[in-house]
Amino acid sequence: MAEAAQKLHSHSHLAIKGLEAWYGPSQALYGIDIDVQPGELVTLLGRNGAGKTTTLRSIMGMVSRRSGSISVLGEETIDLPSHRIARKGIAFCPEDRGIYATLSAEENLLLPPVVGKNGLSVSQILELFPSLEGRLQSPGTKLSGGEQQMLAIGRILRTGAKLLLLDEPTEGLAPVIVQQIGSAIARLKDQGYTLLMVEQNVRFASTVADRHYIIDRGRVADSVSNDMLVKDFDRITRLLGV
Amino acid sequence: MDLFGIPIQAFLGQIMLGLVNGSFYAVLSLGLAIIFGIVKIVNFAHGAFFMTGAFVAFLIGRHFGIGYWPALIVAPLIVAAIGVLVERLLLRRIYGLDPIYGLLLTFGMVLVIEGGFRIAFGSSGYPYPVPDELRGVTNLGFMFLPNYRIFVIVAALVVCAATWFVIERTTIGAKLRAATEKAELTQAFGVNVPLLLTLTYGAGVGLAAFAGVLAAPIQHVNPSMGSELVIIVFAIVVIGGLGSISGAVFTGLMLGVIEGLTKVFYAEGSTVIVFVVMALVLLLRPAGLFGREES
Repeated sequence: MAEAAQKLHSHSHLAIKGLEAWYGPSQALYGIDIDVQPGELVTLLGRNGAGKTTTLRSIMGMVSRRSGSISVLGEETIDLPSHRIARKGIAFCPEDRGIYATLSAEENLLLPPVVGKNGLSVSQILELFPSLEGRLQSPGTKLSGGEQQMLAIGRILRTGAKLLLLDEPTEGLAPVIVQQIGSAIARLKDQGYTLLMVEQNVRFASTVADRHYIIDRGRVADSVSNDMLVKDFDRITRLLGV
Repeated sequence: MDLFGIPIQAFLGQIMLGLVNGSFYAVLSLGLAIIFGIVKIVNFAHGAFFMTGAFVAFLIGRHFGIGYWPALIVAPLIVAAIGVLVERLLLRRIYGLDPIYGLLLTFGMVLVIEGGFRIAFGSSGYPYPVPDELRGVTNLGFMFLPNYRIFVIVAALVVCAATWFVIERTTIGAKLRAATEKAELTQAFGVNVPLLLTLTYGAGVGLAAFAGVLAAPIQHVNPSMGSELVIIVFAIVVIGGLGSISGAVFTGLMLGVIEGLTKVFYAEGSTVIVFVVMALVLLLRPAGLFGREES
């Protein structure tokens, strides 16, 4: 039985079954099922507090307790500590960007250990995000918001992780920066990365994603293709309350 | 020549002696600050590890004929290994609990470690010889300073500078700073943070043991040599601001000098001056001279 299930998901880059998660005593997720195929860009949509960020944090083991099954690139990770999950070839870019103030931009970039083959070199990252050029010696948090977001994404591309979790990569950024981030994300998808992204900006999500999960009160309320989202945009955005 | 009616020789002399004491304060508060910054434990047992370092140097000398110079390396390593075990077996269980548990646990360790040494070796203490190379005194012009004490200042500064270099200028140091700032995220990047905590605690108490070996030829090696010092060192860490590394070193040296000068101007106050400064700093700058206010 377990073997059959393993086989069924052996091609998924991320297969989550019945994920429940807790912060201390309070339960935040009540049985999430998510499946992401190689090369797919999937978003989690939903209201504030629905459990989107918690889902990403649970995948990385950043909650106090979790149960269910999370298979990352074919390997079960539910019982692993956070740092061993990352080494399966997955990387996380948090909502607050997670730039370290006590590290230079370059140290920020070089911090995450390499976990897979074919990670980008620093020069390739600078090519993807030219605004970072010349800023590498500055303390990480002295960079502008947009630069910090580019640094945060660049940082996880260096690791060679194939599966990227991005939490609201466009939050609080000027429209021109959102465009730059958007085209960078589209390029990553073209290069074969698998992406799971939390996004409040549904319109932005609809320009880059293949599929969407709608998360509500710690559960998956619905799963829609991007075509469906575009066609039914008004109804779905109303549903999301955004 | 006089300064405020005090001979300049006495003045400069106390500055030098203050620097010697300050060297111990600096190495000890450096270790405490690193442990607090990364492991988030207020390591009350720091003085006990200082004393253990001195005892290990004394014991490996007595039983294996290992002299001062190798002991300066070996004793801190042995104590660091003990620290690693303590972190793995005890401290690890209380992470995430109220900080008071860390304080109580390490305070309990002080009682056990000091009590153990007292039972095994008595409380009167043992002399530890100054190494031959460092016997004698140097005429500084204003005073005769034993060569060994000059060495203490130099060794302490070298160790502090080396520690600073490792933390501020190396890859492992970047990981330590990252884990200090955002432990959970750093671990999610694949950095083995639990291992870093273990090694940091080991290194921190190893620093304490290094100071203990430095102190052995100056003080009698005895079970309570650490507990007298650790109270002052805690006050110094509070003055410098918990978690600030360069702040801990600078404050340690500075308070040593202030203490020395107090001996010149008002000898009766020299035992309390550190606490007076601490009270003033807490009133005026609660986060400490080099601490960052919690936002």
